[in-house]
Amino acid sequence: MTTAPAGPWTTGRIAEVERPTDRLVRLRLEVADRVDHLPGQHYVVRLRAPDGYTAQRSYSVASDPVDPLLELMVECLPDGEVSSFLHDEARVGDVLELRGPIGGWFTWTGEVPAIGIAGGSGVVPLVAMLRYADRLGLADRLRVVAVGRTYADLPYAAELERRGAFLALTRENHHDRVAHPPYPDELAPLVDGVERAYVCGSVGFASFATRLLGEVGVLARTIRVEQFGATG
Amino acid sequence: MPVTRGFFGRRDRRERSHRLPPGQYDAGADWPVLTAEATPVIRPEDHTMTVDGLVERPTTWSWPELQALPGSSYAGDIHCVTTWSKLGTRFAGVSVDTLLEAAGPRPEAAYVMAHSTTGYTTNLPLADVTGGRAWVVWEHEGRPLPVEHGGPARLLVPHLYFWKSAKWVTRLELMARDRPGFWEQNGYHDRGDPWLEQRYQGDP
Repeated sequence: MTTAPAGPWTTGRIAEVERPTDRLVRLRLEVADRVDHLPGQHYVVRLRAPDGYTAQRSYSVASDPVDPLLELMVECLPDGEVSSFLHDEARVGDVLELRGPIGGWFTWTGEVPAIGIAGGSGVVPLVAMLRYADRLGLADRLRVVAVGRTYADLPYAAELERRGAFLALTRENHHDRVAHPPYPDELAPLVDGVERAYVCGSVGFASFATRLLGEVGVLARTIRVEQFGATG
Repeated sequence: MPVTRGFFGRRDRRERSHRLPPGQYDAGADWPVLTAEATPVIRPEDHTMTVDGLVERPTTWSWPELQALPGSSYAGDIHCVTTWSKLGTRFAGVSVDTLLEAAGPRPEAAYVMAHSTTGYTTNLPLADVTGGRAWVVWEHEGRPLPVEHGGPARLLVPHLYFWKSAKWVTRLELMARDRPGFWEQNGYHDRGDPWLEQRYQGDP
């Protein structure tokens, strides 16, 4: 798939800010000269110091393309220069430099039945896909497995569950499911008939999830991966 | 563009900034893994390297033949478009010049498409992989290159953003005309010079 060139830098004014946990910040922005995004795409946020120094990072979009505001859910990384600033400092009315939407690979618009497996803040692009799917009546074409340590830690946990995602919590029991990463027999029924798989999460999670998909028969060439974070 | 209220940057940024292209941060000892595809499983002994396309002698090296070529190493910095840079890191393998010398580029060859076992491709001007500026490497810091970083062998073009340094590289195809590779079709820049911030299509 070919996408248009990433647009020029623009600005976004923070219209809403919420800190659902001590590691997450949810920003909703009014974007100047906004270009419609596809579910799964990301934006670059650039911060600028008075002396001209800049720092920038990419964040996946959580909002449905028709949402008048652009929603980003940012996880605060240890020593994260941009994420820490957004978590600790950002407030309504602040203006941030933005560029996007970017990325033509990790996108889903309902063209094929798909499964998405995400760990932690990796759920963000899948939230955009689920919101889009629900609005267009395509919910039966997208199955989502969301993996988190605890319910409170997992971004959008309640919304994911309401939209039919399978939640696999690894550090606490959830309903009658005992804490554990997803098992192959939990995944197997969900991959029936899917033609594409999306994996999003940390490096360790992505490697776990691609291996798990392989175990239940998903072909490697149908898997699209978005990984973040560092290896030691 | 507006100054971000309350943002002053890291306290320690000035000391290391001269080695960091604009918009990059120092990843320190970390080496982030970024891949769009499932990581393949490749036994080194099955890995081959081919140079073909517009060359006089299309050539394929087996793994032992590749190792037997005159070795070459790189010690320096690498820069990823996702804004991390890794400073002072070491790779060893073979210079792309050595491979091209054996294959004999034809005069009309001006671009290279690097191909991986996964089907990943990335395009480069021939001038960016000659003159001692590009390698096929299989060692990092004296150890075999880990599979998540492209082992058994990857392309290394350290003066360009790292998506040009194709992981699991098996083939360099010489071409007369430029053609976009995988990320380049997906919105990334055709050349990718970090010092010019050539991140996306449409950048300078």
